[in-house]
Amino acid sequence: MDRNKQTTEDFSLEALRSGDRSEFARLVEAYSGVIYRLGMRMLDDPQDAEDVLQETFIKAFRHLGGFNGRSSLSTWLYRIATNEALMMLRRRKRPSVSIDEPVETETELEEPRQIVDWCCLPETEMMSSEARAYMDNAVDQLPPTLRAVFLLRDIEGLSTEETSQVLDLSEAAVKTRLSRARMRLRELLSSYFGERLADQNLAHKEEA
Amino acid sequence: MDHNHCRHLLGALSDYIDGELGSALCSEIEQHLQGCEDCRIVVDSLRKTVYLYKVTADTPGMPTDVRERLYKRLDLNEFLEIDR
Repeated sequence: MDRNKQTTEDFSLEALRSGDRSEFARLVEAYSGVIYRLGMRMLDDPQDAEDVLQETFIKAFRHLGGFNGRSSLSTWLYRIATNEALMMLRRRKRPSVSIDEPVETETELEEPRQIVDWCCLPETEMMSSEARAYMDNAVDQLPPTLRAVFLLRDIEGLSTEETSQVLDLSEAAVKTRLSRARMRLRELLSSYFGERLADQNLAHKEEA
Repeated sequence: MDHNHCRHLLGALSDYIDGELGSALCSEIEQHLQGCEDCRIVVDSLRKTVYLYKVTADTPGMPTDVRERLYKRLDLNEFLEIDR
């Protein structure tokens, strides 16, 4: 997000609030890409991501009159989009996925099981298209509330404060969920890259 | 990974790699890492995990047809041709 972040100041709130379509088109142009990307990562489905994208800007246009400017426009748009995506996931009701993690498990962190030092693998191995597909799949395995925090903080580059505004959570809750999400991803990546490392060591042995 | 101390520090590792820990806890972790190989591996691989996601975060943008349908849906067709 930092890469193409525009500040609220780049837009005339007055024009947006009064329904100026050309100013709204500028807003759509500036943020539709990131909103679509967030939808794709949250939902892993192009049609659902497109629905979230359209709903987000329809709602934004409808409610801009009441936008109070306490958060930035981007945070506000992320908030609408994230809520849309989470609602869509609830509607899907996949039996294997629990949307809302029970609150009592929030403080319990699972213990690391994968203790493999795979950090020395070559970058080409870690950036391969197979590795990236595995990484995307790992994010999809996160419960939606953890996934949302991880995507907003680590992929979109929002601050803890902005993420807490988007998700209506305390900053402490954002940090806890981010920690849980990262630790789970670490487990999954360690298991995957640990195998790559074992393959590589085996290959070296055979060469020797 | 069965020391009580490791368990106690686990929840702080995410803040630790972000450099957002208070100095007391931070130095406690750093001291612990010097003597605990397992925790050092967990910290390194956690840091690498976050790094890998950050560097691969840039994905291709929105397909042209998705953009066109968005503008149509929002009744913004006249602004579709402006430079991207």
